[in-house]
Amino acid sequence: MSVVFEKTKGLTDKEFHYCPGCTHGIIHRLVGEVLEEMDLLDDAIGVAPVGCAVLAYDYFNCDMHEAAHGRAPAVATGVKRVLPEKTVFAYQGDGDLASIGTAEIVHAAHRGEMITVIFVNNAIYGMTGGQMAPTTMIGQKTTTSPFGRNAEQTGSPIRIAEMLATIDGAGFIERVSVHNPVHIRKTKKAIRTAFECQQNRKGFSMVEVLSTCPTNWGMSPIASLGWLAENMIPYYPLGNFRNPDKEA
Amino acid sequence: MAKARGNVFFDSDRCKGCELCTTVCPVDILAMNRQAINRKGYHPAHVTDPEKCIACGNCALVCPDLVISVERVA
Repeated sequence: MSVVFEKTKGLTDKEFHYCPGCTHGIIHRLVGEVLEEMDLLDDAIGVAPVGCAVLAYDYFNCDMHEAAHGRAPAVATGVKRVLPEKTVFAYQGDGDLASIGTAEIVHAAHRGEMITVIFVNNAIYGMTGGQMAPTTMIGQKTTTSPFGRNAEQTGSPIRIAEMLATIDGAGFIERVSVHNPVHIRKTKKAIRTAFECQQNRKGFSMVEVLSTCPTNWGMSPIASLGWLAENMIPYYPLGNFRNPDKEA
Repeated sequence: MAKARGNVFFDSDRCKGCELCTTVCPVDILAMNRQAINRKGYHPAHVTDPEKCIACGNCALVCPDLVISVERVA
């Protein structure tokens, strides 16, 4: 008899506050599993964002720090520079990272900070009630774009992974998704590689995870996974955009 | 090679009834238990035919709320 799957020690026993079917739970678990497998639970320091994941410090079983809205990479920079032997990660959503925190993420990458960022992109502001985010798809209805997002008025959705991949300070940049078991496994692998990039001091690392928001998208959790695959992946292509080992 | 056999366990009070696990089971033995209501007020997921489980772990992999654990018995 062998255990195929049990709850990781990388997470506390506290139950998630997320809505039913929200993929934040999957991504939390993958980060926790990677921290446990790399034996980093005593050495990792996470930085929680503002947004739905604001309570992430209750869930990860390692030291955690809260940051002001969008400023997680700045706080992580400070923690890492003071404690360079620790593994430091920021966990951010798209309203946090791609909107109010764009300056912080771009410059953290630009400076080549040895931190890892988990970027959860669900194309909407979840916590505040489903407003349009910079990552919202063209035509997508939100509470602040009730007739669908219009490119003439608000521009096109921002592709963060591609943008950061042009920066020399970035070591590892990859976009993944959690819409089915195959991609969930790939996501875990990418998160692990990002942490290894940090440990090997190969530069800034970020994993962009395409995620769902069933509540604010107005769909069932199952339909949301389908909507992600059909609408988000064609615009936000999955894959690696920067890898320190391939360039060497 | 003998067919793999497994057991699935549910921490039912954590379940939020999102039904994602029911979509990824290759032997289609997961369903929502309409006869039960958990502490949160949802119909929790359960196994309809435990003998058929092949211990693939897909259900636990896709569960956002850490409800499911899986063991392999053969």
